[in-house]
Amino acid sequence: MSSPHSVPAPRRARTILLFFALLFGALILQSASAAPAQADEVGTEYDFYFAGNVKYDSEPLEDVNITVEGNGYKADVDTDAEGKWKIGVPEKGTYTVTLDEETLPEGVIVAEGSASVESEIALTNSKIVNYFLGEGVRETTSFFDQFVERTVNGLNFGLLLALAAVGASLVFGTTGLSNFAHGEMVTFGAVMALMFTNLQLPLWAALPAAVVMSGVFGYVLDTGLWRPLRRKGIGIVQVMIVSIGLSLLIRYVYLYFIGGGTYQLPGAGEAGINLFGSVTLSITDMISMATSAVVLLAMAWWLVRTRTGKATRAISDNPSLAAASGIDVDRVVRIVWILAGALAGLAGILWAYFRPGIKWDMGTQILLLVFGAIVLGGLGTAFGALLGSLIVGLLVELSTLWIPSDIKYVGALVVLIGVLLVKPQGLLGRKERIG
Amino acid sequence: MSSNSSSQSPVKTTGLHIGDAAPGVAKVDPIIIADNVTRTFGGLKAVDVEHVEIPRGAITALIGPNGAGKTTLFNLLTGFDKPDTGTWTFDGTRLNGIPAFRVARMGQVRTFQLTKALGLLTVLENMKLGAQKQTGENVFSSLLKPLWRKQEVEIEERAMEILARFKLDTKKDDFAASLSGGQRKLLEMARALMSSPKLVMLDEPMAGVNPALTQSLLDHILNLKTEGMSVLFVEHDMHMVRHIADWVIVMAEGRIVAEGDPETVMQDAAVIDAYLGSHQDVDLGVVTGRISGEKTAEVEDLLAEIDAEVGLTDSSAYIADTPTDDTAKEEDTK
Amino acid sequence: MDWEAILSNTASWLISPETIAYALAALGLAVHFGYGGLLNFGMAGFMALGAYGYAISILTFGLPWWAGILVGCLASVVFAFILGIPTLRLRADYLAIVTIAAAEIVRLLFTTQVFDAVTNSADGLGNYHEGFRAANPFPEGTYGFGPWTYNANGWWVRIFGIGLLIIAALLVWLLMRSPWGRVLKGIREDEDAVRALGKNVFAYKMQALIIGGIFGALGGVVFALPSAVVPSVYVTSLTFFIWTILLLGGAATVFGPILGAVIFWVIMGFLSNVLPAMASSGLLPFMSTTQAATLRFIFVGLALMLIVIFRPQGILGNKKELTFVKQ
Repeated sequence: MSSPHSVPAPRRARTILLFFALLFGALILQSASAAPAQADEVGTEYDFYFAGNVKYDSEPLEDVNITVEGNGYKADVDTDAEGKWKIGVPEKGTYTVTLDEETLPEGVIVAEGSASVESEIALTNSKIVNYFLGEGVRETTSFFDQFVERTVNGLNFGLLLALAAVGASLVFGTTGLSNFAHGEMVTFGAVMALMFTNLQLPLWAALPAAVVMSGVFGYVLDTGLWRPLRRKGIGIVQVMIVSIGLSLLIRYVYLYFIGGGTYQLPGAGEAGINLFGSVTLSITDMISMATSAVVLLAMAWWLVRTRTGKATRAISDNPSLAAASGIDVDRVVRIVWILAGALAGLAGILWAYFRPGIKWDMGTQILLLVFGAIVLGGLGTAFGALLGSLIVGLLVELSTLWIPSDIKYVGALVVLIGVLLVKPQGLLGRKERIG
Repeated sequence: MSSNSSSQSPVKTTGLHIGDAAPGVAKVDPIIIADNVTRTFGGLKAVDVEHVEIPRGAITALIGPNGAGKTTLFNLLTGFDKPDTGTWTFDGTRLNGIPAFRVARMGQVRTFQLTKALGLLTVLENMKLGAQKQTGENVFSSLLKPLWRKQEVEIEERAMEILARFKLDTKKDDFAASLSGGQRKLLEMARALMSSPKLVMLDEPMAGVNPALTQSLLDHILNLKTEGMSVLFVEHDMHMVRHIADWVIVMAEGRIVAEGDPETVMQDAAVIDAYLGSHQDVDLGVVTGRISGEKTAEVEDLLAEIDAEVGLTDSSAYIADTPTDDTAKEEDTK
Repeated sequence: MDWEAILSNTASWLISPETIAYALAALGLAVHFGYGGLLNFGMAGFMALGAYGYAISILTFGLPWWAGILVGCLASVVFAFILGIPTLRLRADYLAIVTIAAAEIVRLLFTTQVFDAVTNSADGLGNYHEGFRAANPFPEGTYGFGPWTYNANGWWVRIFGIGLLIIAALLVWLLMRSPWGRVLKGIREDEDAVRALGKNVFAYKMQALIIGGIFGALGGVVFALPSAVVPSVYVTSLTFFIWTILLLGGAATVFGPILGAVIFWVIMGFLSNVLPAMASSGLLPFMSTTQAATLRFIFVGLALMLIVIFRPQGILGNKKELTFVKQ
C-alpha cells in the first residue's frame, strides 16, 4: 500500500464525515417509513377487548398467533413488530385466550400449561393477557440433541464474537487502547445493513456495503480521533476514557436516528432445516458460520504471512522496538483500525441475525463478551482472542442447558473472573517482567 | 560521561572475601547469600546463579552487558519477581516467598532503572513516604490527626535534613515531575534513605543523569558506605565502577562469570569477552534502525536482548513512546 | 416555551436525590480513581448492591431501615473483596474489565426471573418506605422556597442524603490529608516505587476499593430512598455518567465530585426540559421531541471526550496536577 499523502488528512476526514452525515440523513428518511406498525387488531368494532404484548428476553416477538374463544365468539390475530396484539370481543364474560406455541420462534416456549388461559372481562372494558415465555425445552427434545444444538449455536456465536474480538485485540496490541467504543462499532455494521436494506438494496449488495462502511468508519475514527490523540501524546488511561465518551456518544446517536425499537434484517428468524433428531439449523446460520470461519482464516493468514500482518504482530510485541526498526507504526495502526472496523461491522451483521434483531444499545451487550474473550485468551494476542471467543460463545450457549437463559452471560463473565484468578495472563498470554 | 577530577580517590574497602576471588567466592561478612537462583522467561534463562554473596559494609557493583540478567536478579532479590528455583537470605533471614514490601521493611531498599519519582507528589511528600512505621498510614488512625501529628513533624525534620544534604531542600514544594532526570535520581536515593536501610540497591543510578550531577551522585553513594550501609548497584559506566566500587560482580547470560576487586576484574578475560566478545562486530546504528543496513544474525540477537530489556515497557505509553529516553519524558511533563 | 417552568424544574435538580446519589458515588470514584488510580468501571454494581441491600433487607428480612443501609454497605464491601482479590495484583486495565463485567453480573442477577421472589426481577422493588418515613423528624406538610418546595418526606430524603454526603466528603478530606492518603496517591503514581518503600500496596488498594465502594453503595441507597429500585437503572451507562461527573469536577479533589454532580444534573435537567420544548415549538426542525430529549445524552458523551482531552484535571483540579498518570 502506498502512503496516501496527496490529500491533507483533515480535509479528507471532513469529506468522509460529510458522507456519513448524508448516509444518516438517508437513514432518517428510511426509518420514518420503517416505523413499527400499529398493534395488529381485530374486532375493533366491539367495545371490549383483550390485548397483550408478547415478549421474550425483553425482545418483542412478531407473528405469534393468539386466539380468543368463548361465548360463541372466536377470533385470532398475529402480533405485530412490537409484539403487540389486540382482539375485540362483543360482550363481557370469560374467554379462553390461547397462544399458539407453534408460531413462537425456535427455542422459545410458554411456561408449562399456561399457553391457554381463562380470562374474564368483568368490571373494566379490557383485559391484558401476557404470557411467560422461556427458553425452549420442549419435552420431546433429548438432552443429546439439545447439547448438539447448543454447541452448534455456541460455535456460531463464538465465531462471530471472534470477528469482533480479534479486531479489538489488534487495536489493543498495536495502540494499548482498551476500546470501550468497540461495541458501538459492532452495532454500526448492523445499523448500516439496516439502512442499506431499507434503501431497497438487495441483500448481496447491502451486507458487503455495510461491511465496507464499517471499515471506513474505523478509518474515520482513527484519522479523526485516535491518531490526533496519539500525536498529542495522551496517556492510555485518558484515551480509554475518551473511548467511553465516544461509546456513549455513538450509542445515543443510534438512539436518535433509529429510536428504541428492535429491527430485523430481511431473512432473520427464518425456519431451520432439520438436520437430525430435533437439531435444526437455518440457512442463515450456516452462511454465518461459514463467513466467520473464512474471514477468520483469512485474518490468520494475513497476520502470519503478509508483511503488514507481521508488522502488526511486531508492534503488538514491542512498539518502541518496532518503530525503531523502521516499521511505519502509524500506517499499520491505520490498517488495523480499518480491519477492526470492518470485522466489527461484519460481526454486527451476523449478530443481528443471531440474536435476532438490531437495537441501538446492542453493542454494550457484546462489548463485555468481547473483553471477556480477549482477557481469557490473553490481552493483545489475536489468536488468544479467537480462542477466548470460541470458549465464551460455547460457554454462553451451553450454560443454558443448566441455568436460565436470562443469566446466560453471567456464567461466561464469572468464568472470566475465575480464569484471572488462576492464570492472569490469559490462556495464550505471556508473563510480564517488572523492573 | 562521569568525571572524578574534582574529588580525591575514595578509600576502598578491602579484604572482603575468603580465598581466591572467583565466581561465588565466600565473603567474610555477607549481607546477602543466594543459592541456585534461576528464573526463566519463555524458555530463556534470564538468571542462573549458583552461589553469590554480597559483602556487608562495602560498595558492590553488578556489571554485565545488556540482557545479562542484572535487573532480573535485582527483582528476584528484592521480592519484585519470583524465581523458579533457589533460596536466598538477607541478613540471616530467608527471603523465599517474602513479598517485596516486607523485604523493604527489613532494611533492603532499592531504586529503579527507570526512575520512579512519584511525579504528582511534592518532593517533600515523596520523602515522607519513605519513612517506616508511620501511625498515620493506618486507615483508622489516619482520621485522627493528634495520633500522628508529632511523628509527622519528626519525619518532616528528618526529610528536610536529608534533602538539604542532597541539595533538594529548596525544591521541597515542587512536584517531583518538575525535577530534571538527575534530580529525580537523587530524590529516589534520598527517599530510600528515609527508611534507614541496611542495604541500598541502586539499579543504574547514573543512567540519564546530567554529567554535572554525576559527581554529586557518586559522593552520595560513597557517603552511604561511610554511614555504615552496604550498597549494591548495577552500572554500565566502567569508569564509575572502577572509581567507587570495592567489589565487582560480573554477569553474562544470566550467570556470574567473574568476581573480584575492580582493578583485577577489569583485566579478566571473561569480562572482556562478556562485554565485547559477542557483539563487537555489530554496528549499533543498524540495530536502532538509524542506519539502513542488512540485519545480520548478530543484530537480530542484540535486538532480542534489547527486547528482553525493554519488554517490560510494553503498552506503558499509549504508543511507541520511547520509555528509556528520560529526557524525552521530561519534556512531556513540563 | 414556558421559561419559568423550565427554570424552576432546572433549579430543583440542585438538591434532588439523584444529584446527591450521584455525588456520593462520584466521591467514591474519586477515592478509587482520583486518589488511588484504580480504574473502577463497576460503580453501577456498587450502587445496585446498596439499593438492593437496603430494599431486600426491609422487604424480605423485615430489618429496620438503618440496618438496611448497613446491609447495603456490607454487600458492597463483600463485592469489593470479590473484585479486588483477583485483580488488584494485576495491571490496571484488568481491574477495569473485571469491574465492568462484575457490575453487569450484579445487574443480570437482580434482573433474572430466577430470584423473582426476592428481587421481583425486571420490575424492581418498591414499598419499603415505611420505616424510613416513620423516622422522619420533619413536621407534616409541604413547605420550602420557590422551586425547592417539597413535602415532609421529600425534605427528609434530601436532608438525610446531604448529611451522608457531608460525612463522606469530610472522611475523604481527613483521609487524603493524612499519611494514609499520601501512600494512596503514591500508589496512583507508581505502585512499584511505593512497594519498594515497604508499603503493603495491595492492602492500601483494597482499603481504597472498600471505602469508595461503600460511598457508592450509600449513593445507591439515597437513589432508592424516594421511590423504587429498578434493575435497568444500574447499567454501564450509569457508571459512565459517574465518571463524567468525576472528571468534570476534578478527580483528585474533595468538592469536585459534588460540584460535578450538581452541574451534570442541572444541565441535564435543563436540557431535558428545554430541548423537547424547543422541538415542539419548531425551533429544532427535523427533530421529534423524543429525538430532542436524546440529544442531551449525545452531549454527555461529547462532553466526557472533550473534558478528558482538554481539561483532564477537571474544574477544581490543580493545573499542574494532571490527574492522569503517564504510566
